[in-house]
Amino acid sequence: MTAAAHAQDHAHHDDHAHHPTGIKRWLFTTNHKDIGTLYLWFSFTMFLMGGVMALLIRAELFQPGLQLVNPEFFNSLTTVHGLVMVFGAIMPAWVGFANWLIPMQIGAADMAFPRMNNWSFYLVVPAAILLVASFFVPGGAAASGWTLYPPLIIQQGISIDMTILAVHILGASSIMGSINIITTILNLRAPGMTLMKMPLFVWTWLITAYLLIAVMPVLAGAVTMLLTDRHFGTSFFNAAGGGDPTMFMHIFWFFGHPEVYIMILPAFGVVSAIIPAFARKPLFGYASMVYATASIAILSFIVWGHHMFTVGMPAAGNLFFMYATMLIAVPTGVKIFNWIATMWKGSMTFETPMLFSVGFLCLFTIGGFSGLVLAITPVDITLHNTYYVVAHFHYVLVSGALFAIFAGVYFWLPKWTGNMYNETLGKAHFWLSVIGFNIAFFPQHFLGLAGMPRRIPDYALQFAEWNMWSSVGAFIFGFSQLVFLYVVIECIRSGRKSEQLPWEGADTLEWTHLPTPAPYHTFETAPVVK
Amino acid sequence: MGNAPSGGYYFAPPSHWPLVGSAALLIMAFGGVMWMNSIGGGGWIFLAGLGILFYMLFGWFGTVIRESEGGLYNKQVDLSFRWSMSWFIFSEVMFFAAFFGALFYARVYSVPWLADIDNKLLWPEYKGAWPSAGPYLPPQFTAMGAWGIPALNTFLLLSSGVTVTWAHWALKVGNRPQLILGLAATVALGFTFLGFQIYEYVHAYSDLNLKLTSGVFGSTFYMLTGFHGFHVTLGAVMLTVILFRCMKGHFTADHHFGFEAVAWYWHFVDVVWLILFVFVYWV
Repeated sequence: MTAAAHAQDHAHHDDHAHHPTGIKRWLFTTNHKDIGTLYLWFSFTMFLMGGVMALLIRAELFQPGLQLVNPEFFNSLTTVHGLVMVFGAIMPAWVGFANWLIPMQIGAADMAFPRMNNWSFYLVVPAAILLVASFFVPGGAAASGWTLYPPLIIQQGISIDMTILAVHILGASSIMGSINIITTILNLRAPGMTLMKMPLFVWTWLITAYLLIAVMPVLAGAVTMLLTDRHFGTSFFNAAGGGDPTMFMHIFWFFGHPEVYIMILPAFGVVSAIIPAFARKPLFGYASMVYATASIAILSFIVWGHHMFTVGMPAAGNLFFMYATMLIAVPTGVKIFNWIATMWKGSMTFETPMLFSVGFLCLFTIGGFSGLVLAITPVDITLHNTYYVVAHFHYVLVSGALFAIFAGVYFWLPKWTGNMYNETLGKAHFWLSVIGFNIAFFPQHFLGLAGMPRRIPDYALQFAEWNMWSSVGAFIFGFSQLVFLYVVIECIRSGRKSEQLPWEGADTLEWTHLPTPAPYHTFETAPVVK
Repeated sequence: MGNAPSGGYYFAPPSHWPLVGSAALLIMAFGGVMWMNSIGGGGWIFLAGLGILFYMLFGWFGTVIRESEGGLYNKQVDLSFRWSMSWFIFSEVMFFAAFFGALFYARVYSVPWLADIDNKLLWPEYKGAWPSAGPYLPPQFTAMGAWGIPALNTFLLLSSGVTVTWAHWALKVGNRPQLILGLAATVALGFTFLGFQIYEYVHAYSDLNLKLTSGVFGSTFYMLTGFHGFHVTLGAVMLTVILFRCMKGHFTADHHFGFEAVAWYWHFVDVVWLILFVFVYWV
């Protein structure tokens, strides 16, 4: 059926699409598109909050000595910046994408459990309130680093309890969201949409949701032990009672390493949608992409020890975790080369989504390589807790996950809003972000190699110059996100009307079988996929 | 399986229950934090949140039951419930895995390490033998033996697995008296288990000096059996609800996933107990 015929079909359906209007629409909604929108705006709000914390950190580090904040508050800033960006910005953004896209890409009318979907979103809000409110209680917000290691965490005040309960609530939200996503993908596909025909974004989210269900309960267990150690006299992490603080690190990183793939796998899915669209060629090696994603997920469970090479594990443990970690480079390499092969001899254009995807490809690869460097145990022993680690994970999380989020937003904005964004400003956002990001984080490799420790508000004089560069870059990067906000609002309010198919090479169901913008309810009758 | 058309699939209309649930958890979190830090009124705020949570559970589950009995759920919706319950139980397995991980880590690594040559200077007397309260906390406690109440509880839970299956067979052939009898027996066995568990805790606290504060043994013992007991409580309450629904004439021979979901959950709780019995009480 043509898209136009579908458009008529849906105009008819919209007549009886009863839903509340005004604030009630957003509070009580069971519509996957509304919930996706809520997730995305929430994520951007938290991104700005986490960003302000990051800029305070960089302002303090602009020059040596203590200028703006006291060391306690600095520790709170690094801690809550990490928690907010991981749990408040990146993860909810991907759930927002999942909500918007998965039903449309598999030909379903909505998510399998619409009410639970609403609850998944409205649970992240109380968690965010707890995290932000913890800045204002006696003792200040959690100052232990986002990893919440004991014994430090046992000693701090009320804010730790708020952080722990926030993590519990976020875990419940993630588990419900993931169950919903898996059930939708496994049970609500349109006729003919076999597993190996699903767009890669759907595949990556299927595997991500599996990871979330496997590790969020483990994190909940770990923070529960922290809570009972703090208030109820247990000795899980107390050597005097036969426990061990190192045990927390093992349990935490059993969650923590899959967690980093939870944040990056959907990015792989988005980039796998965008690069073929702008290269005007099918994705190279679809099946190998699926298998590579699954391999990365499985391997993520047996590499956690590389976060703790310096705690004094037996040599056999260090060796095992080193080799297992390096193994992940194989499926990741498969992906990188598949994307490059997709672009090979394609007739490429470089609109903003493609720019962000190519930026992702180059910069994420740098982050991947610095990860390989850190995987080498003897090297890690000198680099552990230096700025080299900070540079590494910002290359994979900012120019990896976040750039893919930007790419996806620009790519699907016409489908979501019906309007086209301003291409010139979009490109400006890209170049400002790339330049600002690299000025901010590339020098941190040098700082780390030179031995500058992280999470310290002051530093020795020889680190001054690169820190200054880094802070300048961070401010360029931070303020260029206001361009992004402007582009999105302008697109929604007064963008020119998008064509039905704004991207020539896009060929998934939401583009080929649905009008632009997508109507409130889609696929009440399932399409047939050939 | 995934290829059925979405026509006829029941998608819920807008609902206020999720928001009520979120408000409840926020209030419980603030109340809980105040309570744990001895700030006045915290306990009451927590209980108020808990009350709202119960209100939400009644309302939300009530809606689902009405929709189900009203025939709004087709086969595909039923399959969605099956997938989701399976993955929910998997998440519960991983939650217990964290605590079993802590138990194994303590027994295999941290306790023996605390008695090794590196720590001889600090704690020359410490032997590092399990059960242990660690090198520094007062160690005078007796571990709970396996062959008293715990063995009896194992028998009770295994029997309840049989009775719930017997009830399920009855439901599938439409034999309602046997269904109700089987379920009632399961509920009775579940609550008896809980009664024994409470008796065991009292015995441990008053006679064996085994407390939550008894080092890493007390921590793992009470947290594992405690979370298990909490799950048994949830399971028994859910079974009771199902029992009342059966008595009201809910469920048919081919449409009763509500029953099966609770039965799955009950079997899961059963399996966790068996692992607990072996590693917490026995070996």
